[in-house]
Amino acid sequence: MPARVAVLGGGVGGTLIANLLVKELGNEVKVTLVDPTGMHHYQPGYLYVALGQANGRWLVRDERTLLRKEVDLLVEKAVKVDADAQTVQLGRGGVLDWDYLVIATGARLAPDLVPGLLESSHEFYSLEGAQRLREALRRFRGGRLVVGIAGIPYKCPPAPVEFIFLVEEHLRKRGLRERSEIHYLSPLNRCFTIESASKLLQPMLDERGVHLETFFNVDAVDPSAGVVSSLEGEKLEYDLLVLVPPHRGQQVVVDSGLGDPSGWLPTDRNTLNVEGHERIFAIGDATNLPISKSGSTAHFEAPVVASRIASLIKGTAPKTNYGGRVMCFVETGNRKATVLRFDYEHPPAPPRPNSMWHVAKWMFNRVYWGVVPQGRLPERMPLPIPEGRSGT
Amino acid sequence: MSQGITKTLDLKGLSCPLPIVKTAQAAKELQSGDVIEALATDPGSVADFAAWCKSTGNELVEQSQDGAVFRFVIRKK
Repeated sequence: MPARVAVLGGGVGGTLIANLLVKELGNEVKVTLVDPTGMHHYQPGYLYVALGQANGRWLVRDERTLLRKEVDLLVEKAVKVDADAQTVQLGRGGVLDWDYLVIATGARLAPDLVPGLLESSHEFYSLEGAQRLREALRRFRGGRLVVGIAGIPYKCPPAPVEFIFLVEEHLRKRGLRERSEIHYLSPLNRCFTIESASKLLQPMLDERGVHLETFFNVDAVDPSAGVVSSLEGEKLEYDLLVLVPPHRGQQVVVDSGLGDPSGWLPTDRNTLNVEGHERIFAIGDATNLPISKSGSTAHFEAPVVASRIASLIKGTAPKTNYGGRVMCFVETGNRKATVLRFDYEHPPAPPRPNSMWHVAKWMFNRVYWGVVPQGRLPERMPLPIPEGRSGT
Repeated sequence: MSQGITKTLDLKGLSCPLPIVKTAQAAKELQSGDVIEALATDPGSVADFAAWCKSTGNELVEQSQDGAVFRFVIRKK
């Protein structure tokens, strides 16, 4: 009888693991992927939707079309995991048995955690939010634009800075830059958590006249006054507010008693096992690992988990560990971008922004659907660009 | 120094900027003069706590290191 693997979540991590497992194990495995919507979103594209550079339809595909035919897809909610009985209770009343479980349920947006956020702030962390922001930007005729982060951790750490660079260019092109102020609220005294990236990007923000509000940890928004306030006691008026909402783990993680109070799964940083559970793995945004919550992280974690499950099924010693590998493109406007590549042991040394990395990001956006979920991107060459040229 | 500490925050294992964010959240709930003890393992927190205190006017009363754990004692302004 084939080993039964249940994968919760049809994002980049869950989809890739499911495909890799059936590819490697064939008849030795029965993989069932459970996803509440059955639709796969390419989330890095939300940024471009917000700025009117991309159409939302480009970002969503039917999950079935991305899975190998051997993978079963259940379009319903996973309600509760029973780790001892090795089952998942499903939304329509069914129960899914598993020998191995992968939790790839991602993060949920929790704007309700910040008073006033829902009523007054825009975001580009959901397709609907990005579309609403596009309309708000279209109506914007100048004024004070305030951009920031309303909770840590959040997905795709460079995205707010990318938005700043791109929206600054957007306003310039529309002739509104002179009539606008752009303020960036940072939880620290620099524009980005990683020092090397901050050193590269901060002078560029200065050059473009972006005001950095340091140690501004968002506490609340007063929609009627148009004021955002910080835990540190500062207040700032805005005409247009764009805040990344707080993120939390999914309810199924909380209801299963597997997560921490915020719903993140305590996860071994190398094996990606949920701590205390040899047969349960966590991947992507769902983990509590202190690394970027991003598709790239899930993309690099997936082969590790697939390989470890394959070893367990075959009864061989697991060969691979996750070393914390992440890679993020960072758009810096004017058709240039840089890239952050790092792991647990090596902080990033981002190259000076150039047009090559901008083109690389757009190429990745285009080829994503045909290569990433299927595991067709070569492991050591994530882009068709020689690594040695990255510093030019 | 444990005398007089109003609240201790275990921030070990958290990476930047969470130690600062959680300290800012805790400080908001306290009164002027209350003392926070924060324990962190992120090496970047040394510079971040010093800068945060300087920027916000809270007083960094004490700072020490025990192995991999950094300890900060902060009096709220």
